[in-house]
Amino acid sequence: MESEIQIRDLTITYGGRHHVVAVNNVSVDIPRNRLTAIIGPSGCGKTTLLKALNRLHDIKEGVQVRGHIVIGGEDIYQSRLPVFELRRRVGLIGQKPYPLPASIYDNVAYGPRIHRRAKGGELNEVVERCLRQAHLWEEVEDRLDSPAAGLSVGQQQRLCIARALAVEPEVILCDEVTSALDPLSSQKVENLLRSLREKYTMVMVTHILRQARRLADYVIVMYMGEVIEAGEAQEVFGNPRHEKTREYVKGIMAGA
Amino acid sequence: MNRRHLEQQVALCAMYGALVMVVVSLLLIIGVTVLRGGHVLVTRPEVVVTPPGPRYLLGGGGGFVHAILGSLYLVLPATLLASGIAMGIALYLQSDYTSRRTAGAIRNLLDALWGTPSIVYGMFVLTILISLQQRASLLAGIAALTLLEIPIIARYADAAVQAVPPMAKETSYALGTTRWENSQVVIRYALPGIATGVLIGLGRGIGDAASVIFTAGAGNNMPSGLLEGVTALPVLIFQQASSFYPSVREQAYAASFVLIVIVLVLNVASRLVTNYFARYIPGGR
Ligand SMILES: Nc1ncnc2c1ncn2[C@@H]1O[C@H](COP(=O)(O)OP(=O)(O)OP(=O)(O)O)[C@@H](O)[C@H]1O
Ligand SMILES: [Mg+2]
Repeated sequence: MESEIQIRDLTITYGGRHHVVAVNNVSVDIPRNRLTAIIGPSGCGKTTLLKALNRLHDIKEGVQVRGHIVIGGEDIYQSRLPVFELRRRVGLIGQKPYPLPASIYDNVAYGPRIHRRAKGGELNEVVERCLRQAHLWEEVEDRLDSPAAGLSVGQQQRLCIARALAVEPEVILCDEVTSALDPLSSQKVENLLRSLREKYTMVMVTHILRQARRLADYVIVMYMGEVIEAGEAQEVFGNPRHEKTREYVKGIMAGA
Repeated sequence: MNRRHLEQQVALCAMYGALVMVVVSLLLIIGVTVLRGGHVLVTRPEVVVTPPGPRYLLGGGGGFVHAILGSLYLVLPATLLASGIAMGIALYLQSDYTSRRTAGAIRNLLDALWGTPSIVYGMFVLTILISLQQRASLLAGIAALTLLEIPIIARYADAAVQAVPPMAKETSYALGTTRWENSQVVIRYALPGIATGVLIGLGRGIGDAASVIFTAGAGNNMPSGLLEGVTALPVLIFQQASSFYPSVREQAYAASFVLIVIVLVLNVASRLVTNYFARYIPGGR
């Protein structure tokens, strides 16, 4: 397995009145061009770990990140790489879609515009390609100029994925991206994620264990801020080593 | 069960009462201005386009277009300036740029300024004028009104910007925006709230006499330059209303009516603009 992201001795604490160690001394590798699922109970630090991968904690006061995260050979907390360039390479899609207050077209074009990666006719191509990649093109091609806020939530989520793709990231982070969606939209987004996993290194946080089982090549199991198990999906689900993981997998079996 | 029902009825009555009180006083205000000044505008509509004649405030002929123009020249640039400065303040107050403690201190300061009577702004600018040995002028009036409007618009803009969901900011950062680009996105989200603040600031500025009476002047001449004095409508209304001549006092009501109409038109116009932008805002129209 060729790894794209190496996490070493990562500890993340939230300061303020209640000092919380959300991620505790985590070391784990994430493979290239495959889909990695991070699973674990609520509050175990999945979102916190994910946000560290594109330095999104930097924008908040009082969050302390210690340790090393190497992405594509570069230690992202040490290197001179500007943080906005890092975030271009490592995109993040959140739980709820927040389209920019602009038209559908401008939402997708926004990233390439600020990063000066495309303009004019080129931009039209990028927008079309990304909307197609996000399986949204057919639904919106005749109303690209209308407000993105007018789309359904499921469409908005796919728009946000298209928007993230438009800056040509290498890594895509997804935090419970289907949790605000109805089953049909969820399925569309799942198919979309499946179609993306060969081209991008994908890291997906999910509460839905069956979703992890359907999509993931590789699985990281977290428990109380620590990674208790990491490995090929078949292995983790088929032959879990940690007792907590075993409890989970049983849950899947019982639910399935 | 009965008590809860009663509670609800009492609360409802209080709400209706408050509503009725506000609407009735509003109608009374408009009614009185129309009743007492309306016939001037009907019989001599030219007062809104004619400059004042000689001895205007002593019952001489002419109209008050000088004050209409004076008010617009004062309040439009002042609101524009104040909006720009207030936006800067509102953005600076966000956690991206400053610590929570500093922001809190600045907010308190703005609230104190908001509560400061407008005559104090007038006196402040007047003091500067005197020390520079300058006379009252359009420029000085604009300065006083700008100071008056800044805290109002800044606090509204601040509230609007704070109401932008943190996740919306985060997703925009996740696309690789710089802080400044992110601020532009945040402004787009907050635009309807900011526009409300601008309107309220404008309303305060256009209706204020105390801050401009010493700084912009109170002469009966047409506005003729940045460094020349101008009269604002509220100042003129004050002068007319305290006149001995009934014909002059009537014109005070006519001028009041014109002032109300101007505020209304500016209100509707900016609402239209805001609604256009609000279409794009998630969760908006
Ligand atoms: N801004 C914050 N300030 C203080 N503590 C926080 C903050 N965000 C998260 N935490 C704490 O950090 C721990 C990990 O939170 P995190 O959001 O990473 O969990 P999660 O695994 O994503 O949970 P969920 O599955 O419910 O989304 C929790 O104990 C949480 O209370
Ligand atoms: Mg989470």
